[in-house]
Amino acid sequence: MADNRQNTNLSIRTPRARVRGLGPSGHGASHWWLQRLTAASNAPLMLAFVVIVALMVGRPYPEAVALMGHPIVALILILAVISVTLHMRLGMQVIIEDYVHDKALRIAALFANNFYAVVVAVACLYAILRVGLARLA
Amino acid sequence: MAQFTLPKNSQLREGKSWPAPAGAKTLTEFRVYRWNPDDGANPRIDTYQVDRDDCGPMVLDALLWIKNKVDSTLVFRRSCREGICGSCAMNIEGQNSLACTMGIDACKEHAAGKKSAAVRIYPLPHMPVLKDLVPDLTNFFAQHAAIEPWLQTETPAPEAEWKQTPEDRARLDGLYECILCACCTTSCPSYWWNGDRFLGPAALLQAYRWLIDSRDENTGERLDGLHDPFRLYRCHTIMNCANTCPKNLNPAKAIAEIKKMMIAREV
Repeated sequence: MADNRQNTNLSIRTPRARVRGLGPSGHGASHWWLQRLTAASNAPLMLAFVVIVALMVGRPYPEAVALMGHPIVALILILAVISVTLHMRLGMQVIIEDYVHDKALRIAALFANNFYAVVVAVACLYAILRVGLARLA
Repeated sequence: MAQFTLPKNSQLREGKSWPAPAGAKTLTEFRVYRWNPDDGANPRIDTYQVDRDDCGPMVLDALLWIKNKVDSTLVFRRSCREGICGSCAMNIEGQNSLACTMGIDACKEHAAGKKSAAVRIYPLPHMPVLKDLVPDLTNFFAQHAAIEPWLQTETPAPEAEWKQTPEDRARLDGLYECILCACCTTSCPSYWWNGDRFLGPAALLQAYRWLIDSRDENTGERLDGLHDPFRLYRCHTIMNCANTCPKNLNPAKAIAEIKKMMIAREV
């Protein structure tokens, strides 16, 4: 998150005080770990996703719906959406923290990143469930 | 946003071209970054012709030759001239290195056979420049101090030394040799963008050196001090640090080991 202090460049502080800043946040390990975890889960899930999409190519809509209605296919797609959107949110957060230094813009970008990932995830999950469970209705 | 272009007053201009010394047979051109805080002018590149028959083999020899025989106003740091003090770290042919251990003929273009190519010398990247090739390393050394690079114990000190097995001592190899020249830290893009909060490869290598010291009793507190998205986790394993280290150390690996220690105390 953004440093909420006044412009430290213009403030008289010792080099040590600047380096210490607001102190260690005590966070970061879980973020890093989850990014590695989702990277590992993305690999097989995306492979399965590509196979599923390839199976649908050229088939009429009812057959595609029937494929999505298969519990294993639906489960793989749901897991892929969760894993990929989580990974996307974590990775984009790091990029924003790296490059966006304007405090207001940084907060806005972090907000937008979270909202975007959640909206994408929920929209995908809704679509999978709706198509997958269509025959039960 | 992170700043990707130089501000107007930092943009380079072509500087003075000094004549070749009379009667010199083997010449190598040196193009050197110059900036004087007192004259209000933009930084410039001065060109020097170094008489290789009158000069030692290293880049530092050439700089000393220039300072002694051509242009005494050229400013750079140097001390030991044997790669142990870390003073003469600078950007030589696009790579951070020690001028004293970098052979002129080993510079990139020269090693590739282009003996006529100029040797380009700049200060360490992305640091405030004090003058010519001298960067301001205040923040760098403050970061080194912040990781508390000394043995910390609560057990009363033994009458003789703190004992350590040869195996545990061997784990410090590849870490203790760091001379704090700042080549790695100033080569790291993550440090360029977030050097105020990211500790950088040199400080983290030293942090790891004390984290795995079998005699140290403050491992947990040390890890607490690093557990931060910026202090430690701005490292994205870019590996410029390991690529550029003039002592052939591997800060990226040390940082990866710290990240593993962070997970080891959670799972």
